[in-house]
Amino acid sequence: MTYLDHAATTPVLPEVIAAISQAMTLTGNASSLHTSGRAARRRIEESREAIAAALGARPSEVVFTSGGTESDNLAVAGIYRARVAADPRRHRIIAPAIEHHAVLDVIEHLVADAGAAVTWLEVDDFGRVHADTLAAAIAENPADVALVTVMWANNEVGTVNPIRELAEVAHTQGIPFHTDAVQAVGQVPVDFARSGVDALTVTGHKIGGPVGVGALLVRRDTPVTPIMFGGGQERSIRSGTLDKAGIIGLAVAVQDAVAHRVERAVAHAALRDELIRAVTAQVPDVQLSGDPGAGLMDGGPSRLPGNAHLRFPGCEGDSLLMLLDAAGIECSTGSACTAGVARPSHVLLAMGLPEPDARASLRFTFGHTSTIDDVTAVAQAIGPAVQRSRRAALAGARRR
Amino acid sequence: MRVLAAMSGGVDSAVAAALAVEAGHEVTGVHMALSRTPGTLRTGSRGCCTVEDAFDARRVCDLLGIPFYVWDFSEDFLDDVVADFLSEYAAGRTPNPCLRCNEKIKFAALLDRAIALGFDAVCTGHYARLIDGALYRSVDLAKDQSYVLAVLTPDQLAHSMFPLGELTKPQVRAQARARGFAVAAKPDSYDICFIPDGDTHGYLVDKLGARPGAVVDATTGEQIAEHDGFFAYTIGQRKGLGLSRPAADGRPRYVLGIEPTTRTVTVGPASGLDVRLVVADRVVFPGGRRPDFPIRVQAQLRAHGGTVGGSADLVDGTLRLSLDQAARGVAPGQTMVLYGGATPDAASAGPAADQYVLAAGTIVRTGG
Repeated sequence: MTYLDHAATTPVLPEVIAAISQAMTLTGNASSLHTSGRAARRRIEESREAIAAALGARPSEVVFTSGGTESDNLAVAGIYRARVAADPRRHRIIAPAIEHHAVLDVIEHLVADAGAAVTWLEVDDFGRVHADTLAAAIAENPADVALVTVMWANNEVGTVNPIRELAEVAHTQGIPFHTDAVQAVGQVPVDFARSGVDALTVTGHKIGGPVGVGALLVRRDTPVTPIMFGGGQERSIRSGTLDKAGIIGLAVAVQDAVAHRVERAVAHAALRDELIRAVTAQVPDVQLSGDPGAGLMDGGPSRLPGNAHLRFPGCEGDSLLMLLDAAGIECSTGSACTAGVARPSHVLLAMGLPEPDARASLRFTFGHTSTIDDVTAVAQAIGPAVQRSRRAALAGARRR
Repeated sequence: MRVLAAMSGGVDSAVAAALAVEAGHEVTGVHMALSRTPGTLRTGSRGCCTVEDAFDARRVCDLLGIPFYVWDFSEDFLDDVVADFLSEYAAGRTPNPCLRCNEKIKFAALLDRAIALGFDAVCTGHYARLIDGALYRSVDLAKDQSYVLAVLTPDQLAHSMFPLGELTKPQVRAQARARGFAVAAKPDSYDICFIPDGDTHGYLVDKLGARPGAVVDATTGEQIAEHDGFFAYTIGQRKGLGLSRPAADGRPRYVLGIEPTTRTVTVGPASGLDVRLVVADRVVFPGGRRPDFPIRVQAQLRAHGGTVGGSADLVDGTLRLSLDQAARGVAPGQTMVLYGGATPDAASAGPAADQYVLAAGTIVRTGG
């Protein structure tokens, strides 16, 4: 099997499995006051400190959650509600249309149900948000902005945003800034303090950790209204019994991701470039979406090193995916899946691509288990798959 | 063979896919998304294209150990089935969207795509038999769907598989139970899938707008009522005419005709429904064999109806059917399917001659 969908989820690291398995044998609720409870609490706090150290945050800034979606929801809804409560004029959320649905949909929810307004930021042809675009959006009325949220790196096309610069723009007006760094951790340098952001989303399963655990890094002086209520865990920002084993696994994964980031970035970028070269040899008119990957951004690559998002003109991404799946190659169309119906990606449409181009896309993403054999497998299968997919698209077009 | 199993999420297509797998084919399950915004049970849909249906189909594929995908045919469906449905009603005719979907989507858009992607055939859960390229009624006559498949060309049928043709519905449900399919007891769907609440009249009014006109008595020529949309009526209908005055002779009155230009609905006695001649165009010979005309046939004139005997002739590409006895409730727009007319090899133990689908055509006019 050739697994090239690491951006969807990546295999759990053996040391994470070992740590979680060991932790699962320990009884003890971290909120309990007895010996077992204290032991559980100690392991969790050690994990919190390790994650904070790896990501340039303070331990008190780490709020554990169930993963990326919850962290994004907590950041956007929580900061929005706290800011509105402090000053009802602040009801506007600023975000680019390329965000993950975990951000887009909570914004839509706040617009529909909580009196929010939204300004969607334009992105460039690579899917990148520019500082002057954000500054102009804020300048429409700086006093009415609740928060700005911009993802660190886009999950579909891999383009990295100038997060430090964008956070600075927001801060000149005293506006809190959240970033979804789910794809960035382990691929580009992520330092919470140095980035200047007020809140940052992390999840376990994109970096070899378990699914179902993540964190929101959030500054102590950033007000967040909880969205989950109960036992008052995590400074009352996020109630719910702490997932000891998951958190321990997350800490192992975060440390591993940061420790091996540079060497993996080099290796994955080499595989990615070789994949693009090999596919181009078979399909000369293939095109790369997103940042070309040659530049730098805040001391790291300007494109996620493990991401190759390719457009195959005249093809339909979902038929290509099926043909490659049958050939033992697993990748993604990169588009949101509404009820199983493939829709053209909102990211590619926001980048200005026409619908047929957006539909003609496949996303290959490398991870810690990838080898050159994966590239060879794609190089062998892609030519015939593209031919068939084009025939199918033509058959459809002839009927219209 | 590489077989694409079209899976609605119902019990029939699930068992059909299972039989294809067990016959040794390399099967891939595909659920066709026919709506841009698939409903859910929560949102009140009970048609055959809800999110739950896609889920049910996926679970069957899990059990069969075959790949499963959802393919989007919502645009084709809108263009070829829904638009046709509306324009046919707007023209005063009575379309059959399921038949049109077979003709234009399942065995056209889906089949074309499947062939282009390297599949050899499309397998569905229809109740019909395909023997040596010829189409026959299914063993279960109560479930037989040869009528809605009769518009398929020999080429389309050559790439089709109907594994349920030799089974009865209870047998199919039993097979689903035996395989542990959660859909074994799922109710059959009867509604038009794109009218999830089952209110066809409401749907037509919503899409076509109210088109009021006169209800005219065929005997006296007199206007006896008004209606708010002729598409609410179909030839042969008696109920729901909203006539406050009885006929002079007290006999029941039926819809005899619909004239879309003047929006006139004509009603009259049952005898006015009598049809002895049916003319149909868009003629297809699904078995590929064009018989010598004229020929004795059994004709089915609507989806859920019995057959009537008659003699068929082919005149300038148009089928003309002379019925032995008058038939009633024959509406233009419906499909006429002719059975019989070709005798299968007498030595074979195959289906009887009157199970053979000889020809199909769209009814364009009728005569007394």
